[in-house]
Amino acid sequence: MELLMAILIGVLFTAAVYLILSRSLLKVILGTGLLSHGAHLLILTMGGLGGSAPPVLDKEATNFADPLPQALILTAIVISFGVTAFMLVLAYRTYGEHKTDNMNLMRGNDEHD
Amino acid sequence: MINLLLFPIIIPFLFAIVLLFFKERIVLQRVLAAVGLIAALAASLFLVYTVKQDGVQTITLGSWPAPFGISMVSDMFSALLVTTTIIITLLVVIYSYTSTGEAREHYFYYSAILFMVTGVNGAFTTGDIFNMFVFFEVLLIASYVLIVLGGEKRQLRESIKYILINVVSSALFVITVAYLYSVVGTLNMADISVKIAEIGQPGIITVIAVLMLIVFGIKGSIFPLYFWLPGSYAAPPIPVLALFGALLTKVGVYAIMRTYTLFFVHQTDFTHGLLMVLSILTIIAGCIGALAYFDLKQIVIYNIVIAVGVILFGAAQMNESGLSGAVFYLLHDMLIKGALFFLIGMIIYVTGTSDLRKMGGLMKTHPSLGWFYLIAAFGLAGIPPLSGFIGKLLIVEGAFQADHIWGSIVVLASSLVVLLSVIRIFIYAFWGEPQALPSVERKPYRGMMVPTVVLVVLSVLYGVGTEWLLPYMTDASNVLLQPSIYIDAVLKE
Repeated sequence: MELLMAILIGVLFTAAVYLILSRSLLKVILGTGLLSHGAHLLILTMGGLGGSAPPVLDKEATNFADPLPQALILTAIVISFGVTAFMLVLAYRTYGEHKTDNMNLMRGNDEHD
Repeated sequence: MINLLLFPIIIPFLFAIVLLFFKERIVLQRVLAAVGLIAALAASLFLVYTVKQDGVQTITLGSWPAPFGISMVSDMFSALLVTTTIIITLLVVIYSYTSTGEAREHYFYYSAILFMVTGVNGAFTTGDIFNMFVFFEVLLIASYVLIVLGGEKRQLRESIKYILINVVSSALFVITVAYLYSVVGTLNMADISVKIAEIGQPGIITVIAVLMLIVFGIKGSIFPLYFWLPGSYAAPPIPVLALFGALLTKVGVYAIMRTYTLFFVHQTDFTHGLLMVLSILTIIAGCIGALAYFDLKQIVIYNIVIAVGVILFGAAQMNESGLSGAVFYLLHDMLIKGALFFLIGMIIYVTGTSDLRKMGGLMKTHPSLGWFYLIAAFGLAGIPPLSGFIGKLLIVEGAFQADHIWGSIVVLASSLVVLLSVIRIFIYAFWGEPQALPSVERKPYRGMMVPTVVLVVLSVLYGVGTEWLLPYMTDASNVLLQPSIYIDAVLKE
């Protein structure tokens, strides 16, 4: 199971890097979304998969699932959700001002060169 | 008063929320922002006093015993950084009254500044590595607002890049924390240090150390990860630039210093060797940039890069002189970079351009600005008895003790380049034939002068009062030098 997750995370990171390196602003933002998905799955995998019992204090159960990675992922999801929303609005405004979503045309440095 | 160390975080946060309700009332916003920061300053000064008297202050939220709950830890190092942060932010707010423009002030400018201070102070204070990520995000999201506020074409373009870089580095931060958690099974920084000491830093921990260097290096702008900094920082208006230049990169530097003195202390040959090589390359790259431009903003922005290199070079020595030098230089650099950005902001205001070649002869029309600029420039270069001197002296002393002669020579040579780069501004802007100046109002100029003078005087006092500050600095570097002080304070019974 861990191996499968590792491959999945690798595929997500690959796709994310490909998208972030593309020219279109919207694809870049989709890439950051995939990147954070990969990171969240990585937390889950790193915390150890398995654990049959829920993490509730119980004298019988010995094999708990680790609750901490889930709390971390929840926090990270909320943050990446907010940042993605902000980036989408920003990309829309930038498109409105610059009349392009091509990152190649936005490299400019008009003051000094 | 066990909650004392939370006040510098909570008070700006509270005032930021209150300010959201008074969007249209600019005067009220200005007053409340200043009042909130003064209250936070009082709390942080009392915190420094308490830490000096009683040692490291800790609190575990929700009364979960450490290492299970989230710990907040205030040692002398973080208490001093918190205090300096609040002082600089207060002066930036006062500087903003006349220089930001009402259009920006209408759109939650002061709220964003206070939210950013919340994040910065939280990142300095937290004792939990994931909580540090959360506070990083708080300060980053506030900084996204500040960098894009105003919506100029150039700001929008640079904001996209700034946000993209930081989103990628945040994802890397999460990944690093996940790796660290899988190895040590804890997130409490003191507990991580104990666990790493138990397993004796195997190879995977060294990998994590390098990953952390990459994550914090992107925020702190070390070589070769500083590429985004000059473009992005030049986009927002001067008060925001001063805030970013004085505070944001320093959070990255703080995080590197904290993790490299608390966690990764068992294989210093590799990790701290890498840190030292990168810091020297950072200094060299910054020097090249500082001399290459005729743009005021770019010259001072590249000086941030140089200073980051010098501080990390001191931290990489891992001996008493090097670390206390790094602490001295870190605080000095926050004050002096704030002052320099204020000063070039005023130069840009009176000349209407940031191109050095279009300036000249300001000494005849604005002599006081010239003299204060000269003091700040000498302070930056580290001419005794001004504030940069003692930090650099201790860093070089530490490097000689650790037999890193070549590195110390680079640091010393960089002082000359720093002096040259800022004196070049002085020569071009203040000497020579007076140029025709655009007619500007005097009132905003005076409004900007007050916080600038205060900050320059503070930096001079910081240099002259070195002897008086020394016990505080020794306390700060002792915690870095002996992680057991930090660990015992957090994991006490």
